[in-house]
Amino acid sequence: MLSISNLGVTFTQYNQGLRRKQLTVITDLDLDVQSGEVVAVVGASGSGKSLLAHALLGILPKNAAISGTMRFQGEMLTPKRCQSLRGKAIALIPQSVGYLDPLMKVGAQVQRVAQLTGCSKAEAKTGVDRTFTRYDLPMNVRDRYPFQLSGGMARRVLVSTAVVTKAQLVIADEPTPGLHPDVVKETLSHLRELATEGRGVILITHDIEAALQIADRVAVFYAGTTVEIAAARDFHSGNLRHPYTQALWRSLPQNEFMPVPGNQPSPEQLPTGCLFSDRCPWVSEICDAERPQLRKVREGWVRCVHAKG
Amino acid sequence: MLKGNHLWFRYGNQQPWIVKNRSLIVAPGEVLGLMAPSGYGKTTLGKLLAGYLSPTKGTVTIEGQLLPTKGYCPVQLVFQNPELSVNPRWRIRQILREGYSPDPAYLQALGVHSGWLNRYPHELSGGELQRIAIARVLNPSTQYLIADEMTAMLDANTQALIWQSVLSFVAKQQIGLVVISHEASLLQKLCDRTLRLADSPSLSRDSILKRKIPTI
Repeated sequence: MLSISNLGVTFTQYNQGLRRKQLTVITDLDLDVQSGEVVAVVGASGSGKSLLAHALLGILPKNAAISGTMRFQGEMLTPKRCQSLRGKAIALIPQSVGYLDPLMKVGAQVQRVAQLTGCSKAEAKTGVDRTFTRYDLPMNVRDRYPFQLSGGMARRVLVSTAVVTKAQLVIADEPTPGLHPDVVKETLSHLRELATEGRGVILITHDIEAALQIADRVAVFYAGTTVEIAAARDFHSGNLRHPYTQALWRSLPQNEFMPVPGNQPSPEQLPTGCLFSDRCPWVSEICDAERPQLRKVREGWVRCVHAKG
Repeated sequence: MLKGNHLWFRYGNQQPWIVKNRSLIVAPGEVLGLMAPSGYGKTTLGKLLAGYLSPTKGTVTIEGQLLPTKGYCPVQLVFQNPELSVNPRWRIRQILREGYSPDPAYLQALGVHSGWLNRYPHELSGGELQRIAIARVLNPSTQYLIADEMTAMLDANTQALIWQSVLSFVAKQQIGLVVISHEASLLQKLCDRTLRLADSPSLSRDSILKRKIPTI
């Protein structure tokens, strides 16, 4: 349904006076999503997860230039097409109630979303009734303002905003941090349900644990590039291909809690070779020569010359 | 010893109690975990212990003395969102040195680049800024540290890196550490003992909603 290949995002910044500099924040990013599938996108902050969502919705700032191709349902995604699809065929589940209008009752807000996708007022109303019943939101919740919702209710209202639309692709941006485990579980199960209905879901998160509970596949981002796309079961079975993914898995508190030292390279000083080379235990001369291509290894995709089949 | 003795807290005389009769003791060099569902007053308890709020009833003492009201507080608190705990108009260099010039070895261990020092807080990502907030409290005058969901917004590798350096500081300086978190596996890895505030919830969901509806 969605296929992104070699996506690049470059910002033009004014350095000093009229001197400009180019800042490449996403390089060679690849991802594809089928309908009925949950694809988790994991990575550190600054790895380009949120920028990917912004690019899909066509809401990157004006000084950003996009290269590479994005296809949605077979057709190219141009900025113009992004604009006409967002909120209709591609919907975003935002991170917190901070994204809702604080001065508008939540029932009215969800109804407005439905009306904006082209429903009549009556259709929108029944749509809201149906989604609120589906998510166990009592009638009186409709008349509450966003600040009056508990954490769990707020999550359900935010999911409702995507469900009242007929969106085929739903992007959930960091839906779980700082929430109680029960609420996390509930939110994730709602996302899984959306995929079961035949939609495609992109779950953007830094919480691998949460991602693995519902995702079919996991794309790991590092410094603006896709380093690995693995099946969710590959994590537990030790079938990981890229050294960064392996490091991420080992550093979980329930595993070894052993981190690799160092930082993601900053976009101002990207190495010419592999982006992970300065922290990699397998590094050799070939790594510094050029950026490795994404290649298929053991039924998954990896961007590392040392990964073995 | 950092002691919270029978702490009670509410925002006003008519308001419900948020913290109800909680007592806890942290010894120097000890790592104590604090776990509870949302709405049980974990964060408020952290603020009481660090002197951000004063308890309505009860006392917070260090080695038998009340918390000082002037100068560097020996109990330091690190929040989940670093954006709210730094001055947005100061450069990172100034923020880091507000209390003390941090040891370059710890800056390196936390992965703080020298290039960041000239920037403003909004020019760093959340994870980068959190390292600054942590480097700032790794100060010899800190005797107790309270970490309130300190690494909830970070990826697993950065989380493990940061805890590695914080734990080495705790062991070296023999400071007491309170870790507030939702994540059971993290607390299990870090803490000598874990306290669950499961008994006597301070607020039910209904009373939260009642409290928040404005009275006009």
